[in-house]
Amino acid sequence: MGPRGYRYKTSHSQPGPGDGGATGSWRVQRPVIDLARCTPAKRGKEACFACWLYCPDVVVSRTIPPQIDYEYCKGCGICAEECPTGAIEMVDESAAHEHED
Amino acid sequence: MHVIETGNTAAALAVKLAGAQVVAAYPITPQTPLTEKLSEYIEAGEMDARYVPVESEHSALGVCIAASSAGARAFTATSANGLLYMHEQVHWAAGARLPLVMCVANRAVGAPWNIWNDHQDSISQRDTGWIQMYCCDHQQIIDDTLKAFRVAEATSIPVMVCYDGYLLSHTYMPFAIPDEDQVAEFLPPFRPSYALDPGSPANLNTVTLPEVRLDVNGELAHGYMEIRYLLQEDLRNAVQVVEETDAAYQAIFGRGGAPLVEPYRCDDAEYVVVGMGSITYQLRDVIETLRAEGHRIGVLGVRLYRPFPDAAVAAAVRGARGVFVMEKALSYGYEGALCSDLKSALYDHLGELGTAPSVKGLVAGIGGREIRTADLADALRSGLAGSVPDPNWIGIQL
Amino acid sequence: MKEIRWHGRGGQGAITASKIVAAAAFGNGLTGAVMIPTFGTERRGAPVFSSLKIAREKIYDLSPIETPDVVVVLDHLLLKEVDVAKGLKQDGLIVLNTPKPATAYDFGGARLAVADVNALSVEAGLPPGRVNSGIIGVLCRAFDIVPFESVLEEIANEFAGKKPEANARAARLCYENATVREATAAGVA
Repeated sequence: MGPRGYRYKTSHSQPGPGDGGATGSWRVQRPVIDLARCTPAKRGKEACFACWLYCPDVVVSRTIPPQIDYEYCKGCGICAEECPTGAIEMVDESAAHEHED
Repeated sequence: MHVIETGNTAAALAVKLAGAQVVAAYPITPQTPLTEKLSEYIEAGEMDARYVPVESEHSALGVCIAASSAGARAFTATSANGLLYMHEQVHWAAGARLPLVMCVANRAVGAPWNIWNDHQDSISQRDTGWIQMYCCDHQQIIDDTLKAFRVAEATSIPVMVCYDGYLLSHTYMPFAIPDEDQVAEFLPPFRPSYALDPGSPANLNTVTLPEVRLDVNGELAHGYMEIRYLLQEDLRNAVQVVEETDAAYQAIFGRGGAPLVEPYRCDDAEYVVVGMGSITYQLRDVIETLRAEGHRIGVLGVRLYRPFPDAAVAAAVRGARGVFVMEKALSYGYEGALCSDLKSALYDHLGELGTAPSVKGLVAGIGGREIRTADLADALRSGLAGSVPDPNWIGIQL
Repeated sequence: MKEIRWHGRGGQGAITASKIVAAAAFGNGLTGAVMIPTFGTERRGAPVFSSLKIAREKIYDLSPIETPDVVVVLDHLLLKEVDVAKGLKQDGLIVLNTPKPATAYDFGGARLAVADVNALSVEAGLPPGRVNSGIIGVLCRAFDIVPFESVLEEIANEFAGKKPEANARAARLCYENATVREATAAGVA
């Protein structure tokens, strides 16, 4: 018998990684950051973070340098589209996987 | 001609063949591919109709109500919360006696949000005064949608053609497409009983008094109560219209013959499972398994839900010891609506005989919960042994 | 009844592929063909599966396949996240698009047909990633249910206006270049 408290009588999810599963496997292309062109990485300062701001799946960290959580990144490419310095490139996922094999 | 296509495509082909003149719809899963197809047919010039894109389901049916009032053959389709958002207009269309046809790709209603199949959306429209048909496969979807236009126009009552979301709407299976010339014979162009005419202005369905009155011509005009009574009377008589329409369809296309209820191995059955939609076909396989184990059991698919074919339902289970009603919806706070309807029919038709079978309700597939054939067999086995599972929701994991 | 379960990713065309086989089966008198896709979660890139059931008589049960005769895998990377062989029948077959040889896989000794459908399809003139016509060629090579010629006709019908020749060529190349490893004595786990 499962719990019967109020919270369990409704559909309830909380912020946190992975409520929709390990969605990283959906990627056809993966975003790769070129740190030589990335503003916060280049200046060593908290700046820009357009990728962090625009990522709809909250998989880009607000850190120096920004990090992408490939476990959950669906590869939508919005970060690459929004990056003002063009530092993010979408790389074919199958190529990336073949290296791992 | 046979094709292998989805249930939504079957519905769209029927609407095209029927020559609907106005289509208004708002996208909602799993109905969307149906109206997308219609917009493609219209855009490609294969269908001479006006597609009205609207901002909501309420407006979609509003457009159809207006089009039908003006004498056009109109069609819409929806699912789930879209149908509920339409609800006020659903009542209106029936009260206004407009012969619309609407397909409902059945889907669970929120909350919580869910896009998968059950019957709560259309069952919740049970009391609106529409005719409701439930399909079990794609052939029935295309055939019923065509019949729906003729039934609607013969009775001046709108018809809802319901089919299981995803299970039928998105599944591919073969079906025959009726021949265009034969459809023209079966369903001539719409000749409205009344159509708005700027040359002879009228107000439709304005405030109607509780009492009868004399109109401007000095003739007796019905009050609200008479108008509503006539809807009920015509709906009850629509059972016969549905049968006649099916007979006419069968004469031309060679398909049909069970427009009210569709029995399978019920003749010698000690037990009958009653349900609606695709689950009643899945149950045929279960019935075969249970028959092989020595149980005399059959399945009865209710194809026409409103008007409720009470006499046909009671006749089909007469002589059985027990009935299991397998439903994908509930009248929350009591039991499945079909279960209540069936009990009521048995009380009316078999009560005096003292031979009415016992009736047990079962619930399955709520919110798209997978209905495993083996689970259906297990639930019925325990029912046959004298006790349906408790709780009676098949596959529930609490 | 034969049950073929297709594993692919949303957007890869597994549904179209199984529809082509269903149509070819129907044309060959197997009029009970039904194809039940994954419902509601067919997002681009996400693992999806569809159930193709083929029989001479009408099929009434639309529940997903639990004990497939054949499993078709459009993307070998799916093997990392999906147990594709789940429920495979004793004498079942796995059809796999992979650049690796059949010997790279075990599957409990099940019969296995492989081809590098990605590469062969590009060779046939299709854009990279279009594997759904090619995989049908591999399936037909190892699974005798529908004449390959009928399948080629259905491919031409389905892809009318969308490179029908290249799609048919991809199917044929994959048919010819598929390797089939027979079941080992151990059979299926």
